[in-house]
Amino acid sequence: MDILSYSAVELAAAIQSGTVTAVEAMEAVLSQIDRVEKDVHAYVTIDKTAAMKAATVTHEKIKTGELTGPLAGVPMALKDNLCTSGLRTTCASKMLENFIPTFSAQAVLALEKAGAVLIGKTNMDEFAMGSTTETSVYGETRNPHNTAHVPGGSSGGSAAAVAAQECFFALGSDTGGSIRQPASFCGVVGLKPTYGTVSRYGLIAYGSSLDQIGPLTKNVTDCATVLELIASYDAKDSTSIQRKDTTFTSALIEDVKGLKIGMPRDYFGEGLDKEVKESVLAAAKVLEKKGAILEEFDLSLVDYAIPAYYTIAAAEASSNLERFDGIKYGYRTAEFEGLHNMYKKTRSEGFGPEVKRRIMLGSFVLSSGYYDAYYLKALKVKAMIKKAFDAAFARYDVILSPVAPSTAPRLGESLSDPLKMYLGDIYTISVNLAGICGISVPCGRDTKGLPIGMQLIADSFQEKKLLRAAYTYEHAQKGAE
Amino acid sequence: MVDRITDETIEYVGVLAKLELSDDEKRQAKQDMSKMLNYIDKLNELDTSDIEPMSHVFALQNVFRADVVTNGDGHRQTLENAPGEKNNMFMVPKTFA
Repeated sequence: MDILSYSAVELAAAIQSGTVTAVEAMEAVLSQIDRVEKDVHAYVTIDKTAAMKAATVTHEKIKTGELTGPLAGVPMALKDNLCTSGLRTTCASKMLENFIPTFSAQAVLALEKAGAVLIGKTNMDEFAMGSTTETSVYGETRNPHNTAHVPGGSSGGSAAAVAAQECFFALGSDTGGSIRQPASFCGVVGLKPTYGTVSRYGLIAYGSSLDQIGPLTKNVTDCATVLELIASYDAKDSTSIQRKDTTFTSALIEDVKGLKIGMPRDYFGEGLDKEVKESVLAAAKVLEKKGAILEEFDLSLVDYAIPAYYTIAAAEASSNLERFDGIKYGYRTAEFEGLHNMYKKTRSEGFGPEVKRRIMLGSFVLSSGYYDAYYLKALKVKAMIKKAFDAAFARYDVILSPVAPSTAPRLGESLSDPLKMYLGDIYTISVNLAGICGISVPCGRDTKGLPIGMQLIADSFQEKKLLRAAYTYEHAQKGAE
Repeated sequence: MVDRITDETIEYVGVLAKLELSDDEKRQAKQDMSKMLNYIDKLNELDTSDIEPMSHVFALQNVFRADVVTNGDGHRQTLENAPGEKNNMFMVPKTFA
């Protein structure tokens, strides 16, 4: 079997059994990168020497029996907003062009401890602000299924790297759909965990109350396996939650008998591409055949999620990004007159247009005289949205919907009208506002050959329900092929 | 279209955001922000008078710890990321005239 076609868990098993070594796996992935990276451009930084060295060290530890975990020896990619000690972390921004973190994100440490081997850092929208990976200062990433199209975003590099076999799995971050939407566009599995499940320590903040790190993988088994390793309480993240039920791989069961699935009519209405709709409805039928109970319902408030989200996310971004001031790290303007001029010039030259747009909006909605009317109002709407989900989950185990209204748009189509681009987040964004969990699972392709994703959403701490339903669907599909 | 975003607003927000925008950027910012705020005004369709604002979905409490250094001395690496450094300190432009 070709090494590259292994899933992460299959590769680790092959490495444990001795048929493949961690070094061979890394060599295979690096030569794949040599072949396809010029077309896909999934990575911002690849340190081949360090990757080979790490693979060799890991190989030795596997040989001596020190590393036996389900991802030991598996090459991985990390979104470039996750700090990696000693390896440049840019957030795809000029602001952090030369930033070398002095520590690694907690989720990264957990994976490295388990023996996963870092290949490099993946491209993204600048500071995770965008839905296409086109706002990266290092150039756009292209969809491996059709390079005239975007991979989605903001974790577009991670999704594309998994889809193009340039890694065996990747981590991304999801603030409004930034894992699930690119996963859908690139035909891979992506999960946004319940808020507080994965430590945000070392994740460069965008919207702190919404951000979560999560896996992008080739299949549902890999997804559960990665999540199980990165989910843990961390005292260094004050929003981290102590969970007891993090044995996510135990949910990899082919059984949805009696599982109550709600399908929000508001997520299947106007604006949804016909092919996407048909594909997602067909996927729902597969689960129904397996014994799940489907029911349509009205989730309500759907049209209010995007305005509430962009208010809150922009407000938090404007505050979080104040730290980029040209003093402690990052870019500093060449010429300036005095401290304040240095701040302003540094930030104006270091940030791209979309980042500045959100900082401006965020500063406005938090400013005196507008705070109540915008920011506080959005927080109240957030409470209403959370309540709507509570009501839904009183009746259903899982909500099923599309991930995005369309498949991946063509390159260059989205940035001219930011508001239109924001509307593409309509089915994913509420999940972040409500702090609950969601997964994107490939469920077909459109006539252009671009992947379509189905989204499953569950209440806080119910990732196992998502994984069980997703796993059942995935296996039913495999059987059908 | 409500014209609450004036040139003065953009100037003021630029000060708050510590951004120095070119004239073109200002024009664009004015247009983008007006458009976004008109869209955000949709929230006013909802009666939220009895709703408590929700900043976090879970009831969060402050997390306290003893004021003890647990990480090692990383000042050398930290300073290496600084755009300006002198005598083991961050170098900043003159703050007081």
